[in-house]
Amino acid sequence: MVEFALPKNSKITGGKTWPKPAGATETREFHVYRWNPDDGKNPSVDTYYVDVNDCGPMVLDGLIWIKNHIDPSLTFRRSCREGVCGSCAMNIDGQNTLACTRSMHDVKDGAVKVNPLPHQPVVKDLVPDLTNFYAQYASVEPWLKTTSPTPQKEWRQSHEDREKLDGLYECILCACCSTSCPSYWWNSDRYLGPAALLQANRWVSDSRDEATGERLDNLEDPFRLYRCHTIMNCAKACPKGLNPAEAIAELKLKMVERQI
Amino acid sequence: MALSIVHRATGIALYVGTLLLAWWLIAAASNSAGAYANVQAFTGSIIGRLIVFGYTWALMHHMLSGIRHFVWDLGFGFKANEREALTWGALIGGIVLTILIWIIAYAIGGVR
Repeated sequence: MVEFALPKNSKITGGKTWPKPAGATETREFHVYRWNPDDGKNPSVDTYYVDVNDCGPMVLDGLIWIKNHIDPSLTFRRSCREGVCGSCAMNIDGQNTLACTRSMHDVKDGAVKVNPLPHQPVVKDLVPDLTNFYAQYASVEPWLKTTSPTPQKEWRQSHEDREKLDGLYECILCACCSTSCPSYWWNSDRYLGPAALLQANRWVSDSRDEATGERLDNLEDPFRLYRCHTIMNCAKACPKGLNPAEAIAELKLKMVERQI
Repeated sequence: MALSIVHRATGIALYVGTLLLAWWLIAAASNSAGAYANVQAFTGSIIGRLIVFGYTWALMHHMLSGIRHFVWDLGFGFKANEREALTWGALIGGIVLTILIWIIAYAIGGVR
């Protein structure tokens, strides 16, 4: 349901300011969301100062520097550090994006503000619980479904048909789009959200897949697909430059096209 | 997101505006001379004019913004520059149309 205010136990209170690194000539201020499930306290925003001359340019570099030099308890997900794995998705300066591809120098106006992805349960600090998000991905059955006999070699596909998957297959499931969507914030229990729907369209668009009708039937629901109101936050958020809004519009078109 | 919210807000405002329109039509169709004069007195007052002006804008903005959504529902206008052009077009177009309508209305109807 629509919630405009944070629940009581999620209200941000106070926060610790960590001392500036000794001997640093140039520092960058980081405001980082902290929450520990074990201490029973409300979340807070801690202030850190990163020595920019001892640190890479990306926000993720800053977070790793903080973890290595100031506060080892700071918790976040990261893996590939080059925008391929989607692990370090977080809200930076009010925008959902990947910490590894967003330069801290592109964040204007003072401190770099880092929060977990919006409207998801927090596991600890910057780590959101994406169980529901992954379950929704699984619900679109993201694999090739066929009824005709399996060919001796690979399933063939023309170059033109392969091109239909461009802009869809590149999704890394970082959840930046879904967690930027107000419809998803308020109906994530029933609305699949832009990431899962882009993936649904990826399989509906695949010339080799033989379960198109079944896939569309699964989306024929007032919530699963049609909670998308073309708000466009997903298209603005995607750090890979994909367009989930367009993918959803294509799904809606295919839904109509098969009836006429 | 902001313009999506404005689209909804103007949609809600249109309910109220349509009540005003219905009041005007019912009064115009009724036999009593006082009923129509009442509407005229209300819509002619400063507050009344502000409300009618707001209704005009809500209608124009909601119409253009609605066309924007039609374009998207047809599968066009999803590139970042097209998206921004449609959005700003609806916002600026709505304001321009509203002002145009009022200039024309005053030019034809004169100041009451």
